[in-house]
Amino acid sequence: MNEPVISVKNLVKRFGNFTANDHLNFHVDKGEIFGFLGANGAGKTTAMRILSGLSKSTEGEVVVAGYNVNTHPEKVKQNIGYMSQKFSLFEDLTIWENMRFFAAIYGLSTAVFKERAQMLLNKLGIFHEKDRLVGELSLGWKQKLAFSVAILHRPSIVFLDEPTSGVDPITRRQFWEMIYQASAEGITVFVTTHYMDEAEYCNRVTIMVDGRIEALDTPAALKKQFAARNMNEVFLTLARPNNQ
Amino acid sequence: MRTILFLLQKEFLQIFRNKVMLRLMFVLPVVQLIVLVNAANMDMKNIRITIVDADKSSMSQRLIQDLDASPFFEVGVLVPTKADAIDLIKRNKTDVVLYIPYMLQHDSQLSHKPSVQIIADAVDATRAQLAYGYLSGIVRRLSLQWQVADVTMLQLSKIQVVSSFWFNPELNFKYYMLPGILVILVTIIGLFLSSMNLVREKEVGTAEQMNVTPVKKYQFIIGKLVPFLVIGIIELALGLIIGHLLYNIPFDGSIAVLFSFTTLYLLAILGLGLLLSSRSETQQQVMLLSYFFLLIFVMMSGVFTAVENMPLWAQKLNYLNPLYYFMNVIRGVLLKGSGFMDLWPEFVSISAYAIGSLSLAIWSYRKTS
Repeated sequence: MNEPVISVKNLVKRFGNFTANDHLNFHVDKGEIFGFLGANGAGKTTAMRILSGLSKSTEGEVVVAGYNVNTHPEKVKQNIGYMSQKFSLFEDLTIWENMRFFAAIYGLSTAVFKERAQMLLNKLGIFHEKDRLVGELSLGWKQKLAFSVAILHRPSIVFLDEPTSGVDPITRRQFWEMIYQASAEGITVFVTTHYMDEAEYCNRVTIMVDGRIEALDTPAALKKQFAARNMNEVFLTLARPNNQ
Repeated sequence: MRTILFLLQKEFLQIFRNKVMLRLMFVLPVVQLIVLVNAANMDMKNIRITIVDADKSSMSQRLIQDLDASPFFEVGVLVPTKADAIDLIKRNKTDVVLYIPYMLQHDSQLSHKPSVQIIADAVDATRAQLAYGYLSGIVRRLSLQWQVADVTMLQLSKIQVVSSFWFNPELNFKYYMLPGILVILVTIIGLFLSSMNLVREKEVGTAEQMNVTPVKKYQFIIGKLVPFLVIGIIELALGLIIGHLLYNIPFDGSIAVLFSFTTLYLLAILGLGLLLSSRSETQQQVMLLSYFFLLIFVMMSGVFTAVENMPLWAQKLNYLNPLYYFMNVIRGVLLKGSGFMDLWPEFVSISAYAIGSLSLAIWSYRKTS
């Protein structure tokens, strides 16, 4: 029996009169790649920020990596990785300095950090560039590096908020290979995206519309349910139901 | 502890990598100390005086000679009429006019009450008042001498006023200005750099990345405080060295007292900076906010004007002004040689300030919104 690493019950988030998340219910299993889809402003980022302990929910119970986010946000933070929509490594530090810093923040010993950083950079093929300032890298490299940093401390879950937006198709493919690899190593991946082809790569997908979850299943099951050829059609049916 | 060390390492790396900021941090004090200390001069020397001599007697000649000899006055051309002289004031060609009326010597010998007229340009009230003071002193001394010479007998009770100026015997205005400029400098470093730094991280997005890590609030705040504390103290040391080399400013008190006070002061100011930045979302906002506080603190602190001359409510308000305490301490230590025993009230106040602003800063900093 697979124990869920994320379980969300009746999550509600309101900003004044506006309801960003309206009674969300779902769970994510260990090692799963869980896609979180929705139009701009559908409430994806809000939900992800609550799950990662950056924002407090108005109602509901959220358990991430075995801890209640509302009562133990710091315990949750120790066990997750997070890659925000904004690029958020330090641009005025080198690749190596960034990795060393985040490794230390998560309590990795120097020896462990060196071994893992070397391995990750070798995998990316940029070990020889470890002393370059991060600000000088192209967006594609920045995103791949940010992902590597986010999983440096081997979190049980990594949250990715539109990690591939603005990135070229080749880099997107490489990025998804990295996601699969992380998933194979047992890291649960929670990813939001606009790209429907990426949705096909996920184990399960939720589609959010106006703060509510309108669909949640495997891509194959969703396509069957909505009699669609691909995820793009599923998304359009759900996000624009009255559109002809 | 290890986390804090890595936070510090990161901050220092970033500070030293920002060449523009780094240069600014060291050029700023040098330029400020050279330019401002020399420019912001309130010495009353070379007051331009225009004399209208309608008497043309030996007495009026003596008066003009005396004024010419005085270091305070720069005697300009003699003009024939009072109207001409007033015209010069209006055109800002002279600061003060002395009108010597016809029959001055005659009247004084007849022991009428002779009088001269002083007309001062009071746009700069301080300057006008001082000019008036010096001038009436010279006039009075002259009429006294005149009478004494005349009467030959010393019937006048001779009370001599001898002034001596303590702590700054040469009335060197630079000794007064330099500590003030140093205080402003340390404050700018503390308030602006710290608050801008944190808000910049908010803008770039790294602040959010930090908030999603298990770094504790106090660790994060210490990581942000210590670098600017160190820089602020280096700035003060640099400023003192420049002050010593260029102006030979006295250092009568204890270095330990000054630097321990500065440390407390910087903690208070850094706390304020962090508090402002946790309330701001953009660098413009925090810049404006910091500027608002800086200006009020500086103008109220007594850098340029004596606090004793302020209305009572303003003096009371100064109890909330950290710069006011720093001002007292730095001038006290440098010029008077004040020690801890003289300055303990300031120490108590600034400690309370530091504890208050830091706890507020930590309290208002939120990792979870």
